Amino acid sequence: MADLLSVRGLEVEFVTDQGVARVLDRISLRIAPGEVVGLVGESGCGKTTLARSILGILPMGAARVRGGEIQFKGRDLLREDPRVVNEEVRGRAITVIPQDPFTSFNPLFTVGAQVMDLMKWKSPHRAVAARTQRRWPAVLHRYPRTRYRADRAAVLEALRAVHLPEPERALGRLPHEFSGGQRQRLMIAMALLPRPDLVIADEPTTALDVTIQAQILRLLRQLVKERGVSVLFTTHDLGTAYEICDRVVVMYAGQEMEAAPTGVFFDRPAHPYTRRLLESLPSPGGEIRDIPGEVPSLIAPPSGCRFHPRCDYATTECRADRPAERAVGGQHRVHCFHPLGSA
Amino acid sequence: MVSGAWFVLTRLCRDRSAMIGLILILALVLCALLAPVLATHPDDLFELHPAKRLRAPSAEHLMGTDRMGSDIYSRLLFGARITILIGIIAVGASLVIGVPIGLLAGYYHSWVSDLLMRVSDIFLAVPQVVLAIAIAQTLGPSLPNVILALSVTYWPWFARLVYAETRSLQNEVFVESTAALGASPFRLVVLHVLPSIASPIIVRASIGMGFTILTAAALGFLGLGPPPPTPEWGRTIAESREFLPDAWWYALAPGLAIFLTVMGFNLLGDGLRDVLDPRLRRDRGRG
Amino acid sequence: MTETPARYGPPPLLELRELARHFPIRNAFGRRIGWLRAVDGVSLDVWPGETLGLVGESGCGKSTLGKTVMGIFTPTAGEIRFLGEQIGRLRGAARRRVAKHLQYVYQDPGASLDPRWKIRRLLHEPLIIHTTLPRAERETEVQTILRAVGLPGAHLDLYPHELSGGQQRRVGLARILTLHPRLVILDEPTSGLDVSVQASVLKLFRSLQSTFALTYLFISHDLAVVRMMCQRVAVMYLGRIVELADTTALFQTPRHPYTQSLLAAVPQIGGRRVTQEFALEGEPPSPRQMPSGCRFRTRCPIAVARCAAEEPALREIAGQQVACHLA
Repeated sequence: MADLLSVRGLEVEFVTDQGVARVLDRISLRIAPGEVVGLVGESGCGKTTLARSILGILPMGAARVRGGEIQFKGRDLLREDPRVVNEEVRGRAITVIPQDPFTSFNPLFTVGAQVMDLMKWKSPHRAVAARTQRRWPAVLHRYPRTRYRADRAAVLEALRAVHLPEPERALGRLPHEFSGGQRQRLMIAMALLPRPDLVIADEPTTALDVTIQAQILRLLRQLVKERGVSVLFTTHDLGTAYEICDRVVVMYAGQEMEAAPTGVFFDRPAHPYTRRLLESLPSPGGEIRDIPGEVPSLIAPPSGCRFHPRCDYATTECRADRPAERAVGGQHRVHCFHPLGSA
Repeated sequence: MVSGAWFVLTRLCRDRSAMIGLILILALVLCALLAPVLATHPDDLFELHPAKRLRAPSAEHLMGTDRMGSDIYSRLLFGARITILIGIIAVGASLVIGVPIGLLAGYYHSWVSDLLMRVSDIFLAVPQVVLAIAIAQTLGPSLPNVILALSVTYWPWFARLVYAETRSLQNEVFVESTAALGASPFRLVVLHVLPSIASPIIVRASIGMGFTILTAAALGFLGLGPPPPTPEWGRTIAESREFLPDAWWYALAPGLAIFLTVMGFNLLGDGLRDVLDPRLRRDRGRG
Repeated sequence: MTETPARYGPPPLLELRELARHFPIRNAFGRRIGWLRAVDGVSLDVWPGETLGLVGESGCGKSTLGKTVMGIFTPTAGEIRFLGEQIGRLRGAARRRVAKHLQYVYQDPGASLDPRWKIRRLLHEPLIIHTTLPRAERETEVQTILRAVGLPGAHLDLYPHELSGGQQRRVGLARILTLHPRLVILDEPTSGLDVSVQASVLKLFRSLQSTFALTYLFISHDLAVVRMMCQRVAVMYLGRIVELADTTALFQTPRHPYTQSLLAAVPQIGGRRVTQEFALEGEPPSPRQMPSGCRFRTRCPIAVARCAAEEPALREIAGQQVACHLA
């Protein structure tokens, strides 16, 4: 089955006051249709940058894409005309559920106004605008009555699907009248309305309480499985990745370390970093195990495998070259010269 | 603190307009300090030479002579002393009154702070010129009275600034945690809050100097300032009125002096604001 | 309100009795239209040497409780006894003296450092405030404490922003430890931290606890961390304690429906998927309009009529304290 999304060899740099930070080092990532892929890692590992690269919303001026390709449904998002990508891909074929529900809505407009604005441009009933039309100022684009009514019905349906109470009245309310959990439900509805192929969920439950998080995760998983939508789910919380993902990819300091189906990932990790990470999770009545050392600076990162300064098994090879991808079994892949459980 | 001052100076050097402001102010200070040395006719402070009145600028009288025949250039230099004196004392007094009031009002959240802020609002509402006229009427026009009028009306600006900054600083974790450590209000306010808000105070003081000097000149112009023969710049302009436009140099010299002085303080103040606030906070911040 | 005194030597270090902290809710004109009852009648004891966990979700009042005990907020009602002495009503210099023995660690201890002060001055300050030690002796104390948190003496001449986040955290802790407090309130100490950093921080807390003979009140929303660090746990919901028990007992046999839902919501790697079974619907009611009777009844799967009529008190069942009519 052809991949829906295939990132290969992606290299991204950020220009900072202190120098050039090599934020992504030849990252590869594959997402199949209908698959929920978890992207885990600690702060600074590059998972948010990767998500933004796919969407094409890296900070202008500061970020530079040095190499690699992002293949999505047969087109390379890095090399296509940005206007075409903006019209056809962003917000339509690929949508986002952002991290912080408290700042993702414009506080001055009603929820209904914001959702219908989304539908005006990205409704599945709207034909992709012709090249000439794209150049018109936004004011000139009409919102035909019939499509408006169809869209509004679809919106109400979507709000019901996310269990938002009283959808009709909700449309007339301002964002601050909703709780964090309710706003995330709204964001999920909005992310699914354009009938996307891929949803990028950027730490969507980090800001929520654990009981609300459980509800949201359950809802999200149910909806995406019903619709066969793929999800790229970034998180620093391994527990949420365990809950909702089919496959997990772990990153460290801008490099991928390991990718495996969820059960295998947590049960038989092959990469030393993954194992250390899992060991440092709090366990009842126990010994606390942390990882010696600190996360490296990306401006002068360690050579070769960036985890080698903190790894128990590092050898000269590890310092010299970045390990190539190695298959450990089926879908389980690792970037390591000395994967655990091998000779 | 010393390292802080050096840091500020080096940053300031990069800002051209701030440097211009600094140079202008230094020039002002030099003129005031070295007036007896730089003046060509130092005695013209008191002496009159009616025969030489209203002469255009020449080699002998660099900026011409006034209606009493005195050398305008020399009188201007001595006038610089008065200008600086008024500026420093008025702004200084405003600082000394306004900052503690602002600190008290900002730190406490009770009727005390409401009262202090309402009082400062009242003073803020009084126009400086009108108050100065009132004071001059009752106490007579003089240098101390000008300073009094200015201080009394300018301190609320400091009080408000300090009040706002103190209130916002109270939400900072380090203030709350030092209080939790058992620090007395005095320690908190004087050793922690005050140094943290020194930057906006300095900026306002610099701009305040410009503002105060301009107002002092206006008061002098209206005849409310020090009486003749004090070579106050505003009064000099007032004197020149009846001789305009023929004796153009008479008004131009003091006018230019006032303009350059005020601009100097404003430019420096703007430069200081750019250097002190965002960068210090960014560089001194976390991470 | 009996705990298990035999296990921990009497008397309790901290005793809270019906502690309450209410915030006025004002409308646009400044008129008070109601009360936000953030902490609404909390009673518990903290015993010397233990680590008592205080868990709950946002809005439950745990942070407010910590700050009220610390004196950052003054109590609206109820008593706080520390080392046998009433401290809830103390003000001014008397209250400040308590800080020598009762301290509070913010979520980001590095943020508690004045960015304009050098580390040396920051560490001397608590001693200047609370003791009359001369400079040389203060310096020795400071050096000792610095070593105890694992930092080199050279750091004394640096400014906070010249240290890394982790080092700033240690300095923040050192500042508190110079006073050798008896009880330390830790407010969400690991919130927002990466897993491996969290592990290092918790390790540090444990070692400091044994070096300095500290007692911890550990406030957190992270149940896994609390389970690892605490001997006893209190669960809060909308300003009250709904369950209080030994850690093992609480996690094995939670008796309050809210505790059960809370535990059911936490992802457990290697175990069942929460999302398949999780049943708790709805959101917590606004603290401004609390339901009558039991505050949890609007979301409780087993609520009955009595729950709306009467608010349950904490009562003891098999060694655990539970506030539920049906437990």
